[in-house]
Amino acid sequence: MMSSKLQISLVAGLLIAVGLGLTLYKTIELDFPLLPGEKQDVWTLESKITFNPGDGPVEIALALPETQAGWVMLDEYFASSGFGFSVEDDAGKRQAKWTRQSQEHPTTLYYKLQVYRADISELGTSPVPSVVSPELSDDRRTAMERVVSSLRERSSGSVSFTALLLQQLAQGGMDQDAAFLFGTREATDLTVAMDVLSFAGIPSQRVRGVYLEDGRRRQQMSTLLEVFDNGSWYLFDPTTAKPGLPENFFVWQRGERFVLDVIGGTSSQLEFAIVKNTLPVKTVLSMEQQAGDKLMLDFSIYALPVEQQGMFKGLLLLPVGALVVVLLRVMVGIRTSGTFMPILIALAFIQTSLITGLVIFLTVVSAGLWIRSYLSHLNLLLVARITAVVILVILIMATLSIVTYKLGFEQALTVTFLPTIILSWTIERMSILWEEEGAHEVLIQGGGSLLAAILAYLLMTMELVAHLTFNFPELMISLLGVVLLLGKYTGYRLSELYRFRYLRKDWQ
Amino acid sequence: MKFISPGELRRLGVLGMNSRNVDYIGAANERHRFPLVDDKLKTKRLAQDHGMRVPKLFGVLSIQHEIQDLERMLEGLERFVIKPAQGSGGKGILVICERRAQEFVKSSGTVINLRDVKRHTSNILSGLYSLGGRTDVAMIEDMIVFDPLLSDFSYEGVPDIRVIVYRGFPVMAMMRCATHASDGKANLHQGAVGVGLDIESGFSVCAVQNNVRVDKHPDTGIGFKDLQLPHWQEILDLACGCYEMTGLGYFGADIVLDKYRGPMILELNARPGLAIQIANQAGLAKRLQAIDRLETVDRSIAERTELARTMFAQKPDQV
Repeated sequence: MMSSKLQISLVAGLLIAVGLGLTLYKTIELDFPLLPGEKQDVWTLESKITFNPGDGPVEIALALPETQAGWVMLDEYFASSGFGFSVEDDAGKRQAKWTRQSQEHPTTLYYKLQVYRADISELGTSPVPSVVSPELSDDRRTAMERVVSSLRERSSGSVSFTALLLQQLAQGGMDQDAAFLFGTREATDLTVAMDVLSFAGIPSQRVRGVYLEDGRRRQQMSTLLEVFDNGSWYLFDPTTAKPGLPENFFVWQRGERFVLDVIGGTSSQLEFAIVKNTLPVKTVLSMEQQAGDKLMLDFSIYALPVEQQGMFKGLLLLPVGALVVVLLRVMVGIRTSGTFMPILIALAFIQTSLITGLVIFLTVVSAGLWIRSYLSHLNLLLVARITAVVILVILIMATLSIVTYKLGFEQALTVTFLPTIILSWTIERMSILWEEEGAHEVLIQGGGSLLAAILAYLLMTMELVAHLTFNFPELMISLLGVVLLLGKYTGYRLSELYRFRYLRKDWQ
Repeated sequence: MKFISPGELRRLGVLGMNSRNVDYIGAANERHRFPLVDDKLKTKRLAQDHGMRVPKLFGVLSIQHEIQDLERMLEGLERFVIKPAQGSGGKGILVICERRAQEFVKSSGTVINLRDVKRHTSNILSGLYSLGGRTDVAMIEDMIVFDPLLSDFSYEGVPDIRVIVYRGFPVMAMMRCATHASDGKANLHQGAVGVGLDIESGFSVCAVQNNVRVDKHPDTGIGFKDLQLPHWQEILDLACGCYEMTGLGYFGADIVLDKYRGPMILELNARPGLAIQIANQAGLAKRLQAIDRLETVDRSIAERTELARTMFAQKPDQV
């Protein structure tokens, strides 16, 4: 029988070696950069098509995006379980087609793509559609004429005409004629604007695409408006009247073609889940080269579906925070309230930013402690008492949010990111500690927890740490080895060098 | 602020928290034996079964309904203590030292009536004084009458003797004396005075309050220099006997001296603190290692205490 110390050293050594070995392999053989270096945002979009099938055969066509305006596609992936699938060329545009003879249950189809913006450029040329003046009844025609002439008077060309029109629609400052046009039709800002433009003889078209926001789950497609003037196209956001292509807008398709076409089904929907990964340029380039060769990517978190990737980003940081707590407790001897409470607090700080998080945390906890001291007079049962604290915490957070919002600090709205249950347990534990050991101990353990949380936060938000944990998850195996070794550390804690200071010879 | 170097701590053989947890508590104490000492009622019953001397148990109340019978249970008891079986830090202990007709006199002199006693018992049962607020049971036991030799060494509280027992050997001992600052409690971190005791003789070695050496009790003014505990052999035998009783390899036995009945086990602690090293101005690790070096022979309690008394004799001039 090996002694447990030797056993642990062997296992730990092996784990550390395996983790470091895999990391080295990935750096040397697969060219994963060890240091973050220059960064590139890589967006992963997962489009989800849902529909209720009818009785007969179903056919789903999805127009695939053409990468333009500097966007580059790294990878795309289709999921089509049980469906016949093909990518077709339809008049120079790519489209994905799923077919099936019959389908009984509502179903979901996926199309995932990874893109990044290599350089920021404008959209290129596009065929100019012919202008067809809308058919209008007499009274609407008169109103339309008045709107167009009033806009013409105030504008110098097609572009300023469009800008003025969209501003009026966006601000709701429409004159009576425009209000009439708008109110009498089943119309949106966009359709009204396009009608007015056609009537005025200005060529225009829709530009469909997706606003990229990290972590969005059910993003819908948005539409921009494009007008043609003097040989080039000009883009506008119809809801804000802002000109130009928004930086985070991924163009899916220009022109009036369909994006999603479902035959033999109803209630079809197209939604996007979006995740942003900030990757080193070097990695992005090698991903681009090896787009066909998946071996390297299979080794990393990138092989996972988008939603899980986002989750793992945070999850992989947890062991780093836990290591901080272990080090502080075992090597330094700092007392914390609740073993891993500090990590949860640190996670909350990541959402709120440090200073805001600290202020909110201290406010909510001290207000909670004050009210909790009254509850303890009532001598309630444990579960009821904690539930009461949970409700109080939510009330305090709501009050805090409303008051700070009214005062004009929007930042405090992030208060909702502080996990209610964690706050409630913190208050409950601190309160019991206060009663049993006194305020001094509350300060020591509360301070210890906050110190550990702040250190964990600082480490977890370090760029290098985020880069290493996400790109080299195998380092966690090494971390496990280190933690096993720490579990057998029997040396003195830093705090004991102070505690036993009076045993010094020269002290007596 | 001064620190001591890790090298010097190691040379003194001081036991650190990590080493205590891994090398001693973790290695010598089996997990399933912890409840035996965490619950004072279980400890007491176990001790009674083994014929160890403990304060006499008059009765136990475990559900609120039983409080109706409290009056009958207290009939004929002149003095008694009601305490929670899993109380923490000496809280929730009600000491009644005298009865006058329908009234009870607390050790502090305050007079209360039966309703107050019932309310206190009800609070114990609902877990008001217990760790984490868990429901608890209330024990009614005999009040300890301090040995008059010791009463001057403690202020408003019971002085108790803590003996660390490792693999059945007494390795270090101290007396803990309550002070005004510790609010009658015998916990060193709350400001009680710890008096290190020589294992061989029961003489005081050194006294500390809040880690600093003191010569006399801060409240009663009595010097600790000439203190020698009576019944020393019996105290050691009693502590060592708990090794066979609990099967724990490393624990602290808390013992009190009763004027009439002599040394008695008050409670046991499977995670005894490290402050005893400061009170003795000596390291525990050194002594624990000395025990580990002994040949493994089954020895009787008398043999073990005999051996320990020679091994850990501490001459006053050593310090």
